[in-house]
Amino acid sequence: MTVVEPLSAPMELAFDYTRSLGPTLSRFVTGLANATVVGARASDGRVYVPPLEYDPVTHEPLRDFVEVADRGTVLTWTWTDEPLPGQPLDRPFAWALVQLDGADTGFLHAVAVDSADTMRTGMRVRAQWAQERRGHVRDIEFFLPEDAAGVVPPPQPPVEPIAVMTTPVTMAVQHSASIQETRYLQALKEGRLVGQRCPVCRKVYIPPRGACPVDGVPTEEEVELPDKGIVTTFCIVNVPFLGQRIKPPYVAAYVLLDGADIAFLHLILDCPAEDVRMGMRVEAVWKPREEWEYGLQNVTHFRPTGEPDAGYDSYKEHL
Amino acid sequence: MRDVAVVGFAQSPQVRETTGTTNGVEMLVPIFAEVLSGLGLTKGDIGFWCSGSSDYLAGRAFSFISAIDAIGPVPPINESHVEADGAWALFEAWVKIQTGEVDTALVYGFGKSSAGNLRRTLALQLDPYVLAPLYPDSLAVAGLQARLGIESGAWSEREMAEVAVRSRRDAETNPNAQVAGSKDVDELLAQPYVANPLRRHDCAPVTDGASVIVLAAEERAHELVERPAWITGIAHAIDSAHLGARDLTTSPSTVIATQRAGGIDGVEVAELYTPFTHQELILRRDLGLGADVRITPSGGALAGNPMFAGGLIRIGEAARQIHSGNASRTLAHATGGPALQQNLVCVMEGRD
Repeated sequence: MTVVEPLSAPMELAFDYTRSLGPTLSRFVTGLANATVVGARASDGRVYVPPLEYDPVTHEPLRDFVEVADRGTVLTWTWTDEPLPGQPLDRPFAWALVQLDGADTGFLHAVAVDSADTMRTGMRVRAQWAQERRGHVRDIEFFLPEDAAGVVPPPQPPVEPIAVMTTPVTMAVQHSASIQETRYLQALKEGRLVGQRCPVCRKVYIPPRGACPVDGVPTEEEVELPDKGIVTTFCIVNVPFLGQRIKPPYVAAYVLLDGADIAFLHLILDCPAEDVRMGMRVEAVWKPREEWEYGLQNVTHFRPTGEPDAGYDSYKEHL
Repeated sequence: MRDVAVVGFAQSPQVRETTGTTNGVEMLVPIFAEVLSGLGLTKGDIGFWCSGSSDYLAGRAFSFISAIDAIGPVPPINESHVEADGAWALFEAWVKIQTGEVDTALVYGFGKSSAGNLRRTLALQLDPYVLAPLYPDSLAVAGLQARLGIESGAWSEREMAEVAVRSRRDAETNPNAQVAGSKDVDELLAQPYVANPLRRHDCAPVTDGASVIVLAAEERAHELVERPAWITGIAHAIDSAHLGARDLTTSPSTVIATQRAGGIDGVEVAELYTPFTHQELILRRDLGLGADVRITPSGGALAGNPMFAGGLIRIGEAARQIHSGNASRTLAHATGGPALQQNLVCVMEGRD
């Protein structure tokens, strides 16, 4: 077998986590929106900032809220030369655990200074409040040395208790196809459908697999498949949904190519939805050659060939 | 309680980057074959399968379901998964065997850390309200911990470098290690900081890899290997998620887990999962591991740190010391979360 370099592509994942706050964290972020820092006193007498929801010893809900200062002392720190996306500053900065005046615990946040040489444990820092605060830990943009000049945020009307906070989260991932999937995708780019046979059970998979789910070994021998097959089972989509590209009703079906042992999901178009049947013969409709990519989207849909239907016994094992 | 032993262990090479998918299939297929054929077993002989991995690391949903293809799960198998290191999957498998429902279990962990930015991905395991939105990365959190110990006099940068030197020297005889080779302490201390006060040698490398362990109960273990590594105690415990409320220079949850697992009496080898040099110093001190205990002879996480497989590797390496007759009593430790937040301890012994 020729050496195949796996196909690989970057993917950006993003999701806005929307979280209910509960009484304790609601007090904390509502305080932040009002440019104040609220902690909670626990049964050990310590004031926790940010507040814990439950007492670390008695496990009772903590409700003894205490307003602490927005300035305090660095307990420990570290330095970041190359900030990562999403961090509080986009230039080199320090992370620190800051013990705010009135608190007994460290609050993890960024400290904006020009050089690590400026940082020391025990230094005094103060919060730099965001210009617009929304009830989020990032209402504090970062901390500054206590005596540093900073922009004073404009006053903002008091905020009512906040129940929900939203945090957008992003990740960048470089996804690789398996060797087997790479051969399949390369063939699709050339307008061909290529599956592979499991060396143990001899079943033909399209797409081919890094491991046959029956035998746990990679599929190997390539099998060129025709772009014709049958509908094994199908459903008529009547429900509109976000991002739908075809007007309902239309048919989503499992298509079993001639010579394959695994069906894949595709669309059946160019005929009324009510005419689609189990066992119906169908063929691929390809996009124009110049639009071919590494993917099954090169086939826009399948359409009936008009040949006689396949008998139930010929596909009953594939349902 | 049923007697349960580690009878088989295999691992993939610990490499900076694999070309495979993030589902782990390519790394798992060969090590499943290795561990099963080594024991003369086939997949049908395994009563329970349990894995540890993370969809965040894989950058996709249900990656552990795709990984199951590597087993060949037809006809259907008895299977479970933890979103944690494979060491916690081993704990679940040990409990499963205790129920009497099964006599054998295969446990695996896998992770392709190179697909994303590991130190940033690990920020997402932090408290989602007050920490994760700031993206404090794993080196930053470890750096805060390291400085606390240095400035309180609990350890020094030199002692940290000594841990790295020993790890790299030990890794020279570990064919799967990613970072090995002798360097002296002064040479390491001359290097720049990556997250002051951490230098590169203080931090585990980014590693892709997978590992697998087979557990067996009682007679079944005796049938499979000459000298099973009997689990005499296994326990896990966790510290607060509030980083600023913890004393980060100690690891109370490791101490609790060790006590519950039977303590360190008679332990000759301890495989500790410490992705940062100072964390080994914390555990050695807190557990009272003296000069008579051989620490992490595999080289440990500093020599190669496949996420979600690394803790399971510590158990496998500690078991191997017993299988080979090198030791009669060993301790394995696994960690998860930031700054040694969650810890598992497994004590094993050989019986002659």
